[in-house]
Amino acid sequence: MDFWKKPASETQITHGDRLWLYVVALVIMLLMIIPTVIVVPMSFSDSQYLEFPPSHWSLRWYEEYFDSAKWMRSTMTSFQIGVLTMLVATPLGTMAAYALYVSGHRAARTIFVFLITPMIVPVILIAIGTFYVFGRLGLNNTIGGLVLAHTSLATPLVMIIITAALRTYDLNQERVARSLGASRLKAFFLITLPQIRFSILTAALLSFLTSFDEVIISIFISGGVNATLTKQMFSALRDYIDPTIAAISTIMVFISTTLLLATQFFKARKDKK
Amino acid sequence: MLLGLAAPSILIIIAVIMIPLGWLFYLSLIGKGGEFSLVNYQKMIEYKSYARVYLTTFKVSILTTLVCILIGYPLAYFLSQLSQRMAGIFMLTVLLPFWTSLLVRTYAWLVLLQKKGLLNEFAIQIGLWETPVKLVHNMTGTLIGMAHIMLPFLVLPLYGAMRRIEPDLMRAAANLGAKPVQVFWKVFFPMSLPGMVAGSLIVFVLCLGFYVTPAVLGGGRVVMVATQITAILENQFNWGAASALGVVLLIATLIILYLAGRLLKLDNVLFGKN
Repeated sequence: MDFWKKPASETQITHGDRLWLYVVALVIMLLMIIPTVIVVPMSFSDSQYLEFPPSHWSLRWYEEYFDSAKWMRSTMTSFQIGVLTMLVATPLGTMAAYALYVSGHRAARTIFVFLITPMIVPVILIAIGTFYVFGRLGLNNTIGGLVLAHTSLATPLVMIIITAALRTYDLNQERVARSLGASRLKAFFLITLPQIRFSILTAALLSFLTSFDEVIISIFISGGVNATLTKQMFSALRDYIDPTIAAISTIMVFISTTLLLATQFFKARKDKK
Repeated sequence: MLLGLAAPSILIIIAVIMIPLGWLFYLSLIGKGGEFSLVNYQKMIEYKSYARVYLTTFKVSILTTLVCILIGYPLAYFLSQLSQRMAGIFMLTVLLPFWTSLLVRTYAWLVLLQKKGLLNEFAIQIGLWETPVKLVHNMTGTLIGMAHIMLPFLVLPLYGAMRRIEPDLMRAAANLGAKPVQVFWKVFFPMSLPGMVAGSLIVFVLCLGFYVTPAVLGGGRVVMVATQITAILENQFNWGAASALGVVLLIATLIILYLAGRLLKLDNVLFGKN
């Protein structure tokens, strides 16, 4: 039987009748993907102007990027802050999610809402607020200050992912271990942790990316030798269109694609179990 | 005690979010001479320019949300009709942009929408318009860029809600004689509404505080609250005025979330019902 004449859903609509939906969805999906990947071919252009498709190919914008002390330093800074944020936010968020979920305390829900406020408060306010307070404490333009600020943004994400993971996990297993004499700590590390490890890895990657991609807070509280990559990119974007940004963007798309595929892999592993 | 494990996170939120917010609130109540006054809020009512900034902010946020619904609903519907496996693959077209830096995507739109950009060339080639149209450094560019960045926030909860709709209900409706169009509007659509409202709300609230995309794609013509706050700090170094603008933005956000939270029980969605 012809594919287009087969019923597509519960109401006996055929695929042929649904053709418009498939076309509309395809166009939308293309519009979602094109702006994400268009920077890749553009970054290999030889021209100083952004043209598509490029008439001549070259690696000159990558050379420009890798030869520039300014870009290299800000890239290193962003990596450093991203990794530190990941290392702080993942355990803190996991601890908080576990405590709030397992305790069943009356206050747990209130504390949960309190801890996800950074997702609700407009980031511009966090940016100028920390800029003001950190300025008094001498934390502006320091790695520590940025890690602290980025941790507050990443922790809620970790908490939401871990809480979701704990909800699909049977806590009785941990109770059994404890009734057999394991301490809570031991029961957590031996029984619970291995079963939510893929969610923890996903949360860790997301914390890194949250910090690495963060723009607004970085614009305010990073600067000098500790200016982040996004801060440099933003000022370059506002002033003139420098094709070096296409090269940097390509590298950033590569990083996010890799991390996304890693999480999809974790998810597949988790679902298989 | 077990709850003590949450203490480090609580301390960080207090240090990075609550204390700075409290400080901004305090600064917004201080006049030029260092005295306690409401002058910063009075100015907001007196000067038309402030009203215009808030108007622009709401206009951009509402329009972006509408665009997201218009293109997000068909996409989520399409994905929800596929098998889990196929949906997972096509979902990557939503997740990849979601995971890609907002700055990169804003930059890409800046390039695509230029006078000599890909979109103008394509439109001229297929005869949509004859001379290059100004698509960027204005409201159009801002809306296109923001809708692209916000769409995943609508599609993901909406898709989740659509997946939870029991197919048996549609089967039953069809069995009882409803035409496909009726089945959609009378059974499927109402049941997808909670997901759509939750997604739209997230989009709307996130739009209110947007800074990067309007700053780059608006080319100075689309001044939203966040842009105005930055401008006041950069040009006048007026912390009182900037803080007052921010406080009003925060209060508006909280009121919307509070009303919606009562309507939708958002914390149940995230924390579970136990």
